[in-house]
Amino acid sequence: MTDLEFVRVALVLLLALTGLFFTLVSATGVIRLPDVYARAHTASQADTLGAGFALAAVAFTLGWEPTTVKTVFLLFFIFLTNPTAAHAIARAAFEEGIEPWTELDEEGGERR
Amino acid sequence: MSFVETTVVAGFSLGEILIAIAALFVALAIAMLYRAVDGPTIQDRVLAVNVLGTNTVVILALLGAALNEPWFLDIALVYALLNFLMSVAISKFTVEQGGVI
Repeated sequence: MTDLEFVRVALVLLLALTGLFFTLVSATGVIRLPDVYARAHTASQADTLGAGFALAAVAFTLGWEPTTVKTVFLLFFIFLTNPTAAHAIARAAFEEGIEPWTELDEEGGERR
Repeated sequence: MSFVETTVVAGFSLGEILIAIAALFVALAIAMLYRAVDGPTIQDRVLAVNVLGTNTVVILALLGAALNEPWFLDIALVYALLNFLMSVAISKFTVEQGGVI
């Protein structure tokens, strides 16, 4: 293995594992957070970052090929659409009349 | 022989390692399915399905790289487009006036 290949493989593994970590954070948030607004927050930020890192790992794995352009398109597209979708969902929830979770809800011990 | 088959890290080829990482992504997706089933409101479920869709796109891309089948990326692109359309459409049509963006 040449030096350049070693750097490439190390980058692939590092990016893929970082993406896995941020997706883990996002999954924990989606499952554990108290209301739909907090979940929309973690879904738009942590998940976008995790997907971005994992797709960068895929781009480095494929190398200089025409198909790598598709990976970059995918990365750009997910960075653009994922927060937009989460915003639309949170706004729909607000217009439905779902009250945001506050600290007062914690005293009652109620979880929605 | 392709790059993912010839490169060996700690006894495993790079393709096998990427498949293992994709498997961990699948495990996280199964965990997030809890929110899609249990979510008290419609928006919770849509959000969970949206996150699951993003996860699916990542899994497809990882498998496409690991198995050296780049046409998986085309399917991932279409899936990402449909996923975004699904979230926006459901948010728009579950609300009375429908001005969500």
